[in-house]
Amino acid sequence: MATKMHKTPMLDQLESGPWPSFVTGLKRLATDEGKPYADMMKDLLGQLETSYTTRKGYWKGGTVGVVGYGGGVIPRFTELHDENKKPLFPKAAEFHTLRIMPPAGMHYTTDIMRKFCDVWDKYGSGLIAFHGQSGDIMFQGCTTDNVQPAFDELNEMGFDLGGAGPAVRTGMSCVGAARCEHSCANEQKIHRTLVNRFLDDMHRPALPYKFKFKVSGCPNDCMNSIQRADLATIGTWRDDMKVDQAEVKNFVNAKGRKYVIDNVITRCPTQALSLNDDDTLAVDNKNCVRCMHCINVMTKALSPGDDKGVTLLVGGKRTLKIGDLMGTVVVPFMKLDTDEDYEALEELAGNMIDFFAENALEHERTGEMIERIGLVNFLEGIGLEIDPNMITNPRMNPYVRTDGWDEEAQKWFERKAG
Amino acid sequence: MSAPRMPIESGVPDPFPYMHPTLKKNFGQWKYHDRPRPGVLHHVAKSGEEVWTVRAGTQRQMDTYTIRKLMDIADQFADGYVRFTIRSNIEYMVTDQKKVQPLIDKLQAEGFPVGGTGNSVSMISHTQGWLHCDIPGTDASGAVKALMDELYHEFTHEEMPNRVRMTTSCCQINCGGQGDIAINIQHTKPPKINHDLVANVCERPSVVARCPVAAIRPAMVNGKPSLEVDEKKCICCGACFPPCPPMQINDPEHSKLAIWVGGKNSNARSKPTFHKLVAAGIPNNPPRWPEAAAVVKNILGAYKKDAKDYERMNEWIDRIGWPRFFELTGLPFTKYHIDNWRGGRVNLNASAHIRF
Ligand code: HEM
Ligand code: SF4
Ligand code: SF4
Ligand code: SF4
Ligand code: SF4
Repeated sequence: MATKMHKTPMLDQLESGPWPSFVTGLKRLATDEGKPYADMMKDLLGQLETSYTTRKGYWKGGTVGVVGYGGGVIPRFTELHDENKKPLFPKAAEFHTLRIMPPAGMHYTTDIMRKFCDVWDKYGSGLIAFHGQSGDIMFQGCTTDNVQPAFDELNEMGFDLGGAGPAVRTGMSCVGAARCEHSCANEQKIHRTLVNRFLDDMHRPALPYKFKFKVSGCPNDCMNSIQRADLATIGTWRDDMKVDQAEVKNFVNAKGRKYVIDNVITRCPTQALSLNDDDTLAVDNKNCVRCMHCINVMTKALSPGDDKGVTLLVGGKRTLKIGDLMGTVVVPFMKLDTDEDYEALEELAGNMIDFFAENALEHERTGEMIERIGLVNFLEGIGLEIDPNMITNPRMNPYVRTDGWDEEAQKWFERKAG
Repeated sequence: MSAPRMPIESGVPDPFPYMHPTLKKNFGQWKYHDRPRPGVLHHVAKSGEEVWTVRAGTQRQMDTYTIRKLMDIADQFADGYVRFTIRSNIEYMVTDQKKVQPLIDKLQAEGFPVGGTGNSVSMISHTQGWLHCDIPGTDASGAVKALMDELYHEFTHEEMPNRVRMTTSCCQINCGGQGDIAINIQHTKPPKINHDLVANVCERPSVVARCPVAAIRPAMVNGKPSLEVDEKKCICCGACFPPCPPMQINDPEHSKLAIWVGGKNSNARSKPTFHKLVAAGIPNNPPRWPEAAAVVKNILGAYKKDAKDYERMNEWIDRIGWPRFFELTGLPFTKYHIDNWRGGRVNLNASAHIRF
């Protein structure tokens, strides 16, 4: 029996208005008679319209995967059945997603994009999302039988499945050095070094829960890594920022002193800036916290220094279970220039993942584990020294045993001397 | 039968083969940028080479016709390369300034809004929703489409005090992330338990362990092992639903939308912040969610009018204070705004700082 277009009065209302409409796209696919996906998309529209009408979702999970991997495919089976347990929308009864990792920084040639389209027209629904919130290309809508051949073709093109389940997840890195003068790091290299080192933990999920890497080239943190990554790597610098005083003067000239005072000088969070009488800029680099604001505003006059590296924060995550958590600084600064530097980063990340695997409870994220066991235990577990850059304030309550004080103080002085 | 094909475990692809040649050539060697108009970034490399990036909004879930159309445009104007931003905007890199305007004209003619740069409202980052998730209380793509229709002007212009980054989430897991404004599902009733199914589909101890307030207990119901919820304790978070679908939390009437403001991702000026609840009880009203859109526009309007240059939503509210925020937006202040979760006392005013 041929599949008919279902009436979609609710969804139709999402075709008007100036923003591009995904519904128009779905219908285009559904009416593409003769294409393998047309009937699937007709029934998908039928199921989605049902959700819009009843305000309920109708997908359930299951197990679908590809040979050799334990994750990366998100199985979806319809829950809408008639009284004989036959699916109401049979052609969309299986509608799985393949999470495919994009090139770091999400760069594409038109050629590779068209090849993605060809694969997905052949095996899938013709619907692709650029991108999921974790940073995957989401090839949405595939029957169980077609998952393997679709993956095989994408894999032969040089693309691999991302993470799902209790595993290392797909990472993200900003455009950074490819097109951004603020970049203090080689984001794509960090991203690829970290994720590609832990592909086994990605493709064969066996961690307590997910673990995410995100990389931003500067503290603007365009990847939102502090809030969303178990390990956030953020580019920074430790020498003086660079000031082109001639450009400062040009900027003051063009914008006026009031603008500069109101929007640059007084907006510095640590009052590290001062406008001199001759319209040059004085920077108190010892107190600059590398927030990026002045550099963002005066892009020609100011830029990060030369002694670049990264800050690492651990434990960011979203709401469930204990509430949102931000990452915490665990390495205030490390250089990332040489192969040895990158190996040190890999080793540190490995220690974190091992410690997480051994110590987190089931379904507990790294940030929640740290909340439960305390930062000091975590640092000891992964072999990092404490540092006052890790805190906003020292402890505010006396509920602590300090009988090891003298030894701890000794350690601090030795480290400082060494 | 032949042996099955084993995957090539190639991981994250090298971006250089897919990167615009001018970006590749000047990798790590950029000098400065400016924004000649909304939707266009102009980057200058130390080598003197220049690149104009034209940014356009997309629907994120794209049919292959739309993708091919966007690629034809890239071949015609942008040397056959594109990239995407974290918020599903597409970017075309152009090395010949003369091609910028024709590219903009072409994108607009094809229905793709050019904008999303600088002090605009960029594309809302969104989740799966009814289209594809197994636990959603609402749709994501539809709500975003409806809202972006309303915010079209703010996407295509840079008229906000600072950038505005919005998110939506269709359950309290909140895949959408933190935002200056976040529109998230907020359930208002405890799960209705389908006791016939619990024993077959749920691992009861792990469901019990998921609950943040320990409201779930194993119980025998109608002679079968099931679960029960202490409804007085339950905060309706829905955490029990993913591991145990019979804990039906989604409800057409009682799953509402809530709006949160003041999440900030960057470290610029102030430290990153989480968003805070400002409005709840908003009907989950497909296909266009007009009630949610009205609250969002109200908040954006107040911010646009009252905030100073460079103040993000949270920085504006820090300056004017919450009483004034509720006054300017006309939103009701309720007991639900007062944080009583663990550590919530840090969100109370422990000072004599009062604005009159
Ligand atoms: C049970 C079914 C779930 C489904 C179908 C689901 C689906 C998704 C999808 C499709 C994405 C985008 C993925 C990508 O880019 O490839 C995502 C991201 C995310 N998910 Fe889930 N998810 C589920 C459960 C959870 C749970 C239980 C949590 C947390 C407790 C969670 C937290 C997140 C977060 C925070 C993100 C955003 C990630 C980021 O910013 O990196 N999800 N989810
Ligand atoms: S995080 Fe910094 S380096 Fe990366 S794209 Fe954003 S501003 Fe540029
Ligand atoms: S980067 Fe931030 S902290 Fe440093 S001087 Fe500029 S505004 Fe101040
Ligand atoms: S926010 Fe919740 S319902 Fe929406 S896609 Fe994420 S996990 Fe699914
Ligand atoms: S909805 Fe949340 S609080 Fe209520 S029983 Fe389920 S997990 Fe516990």
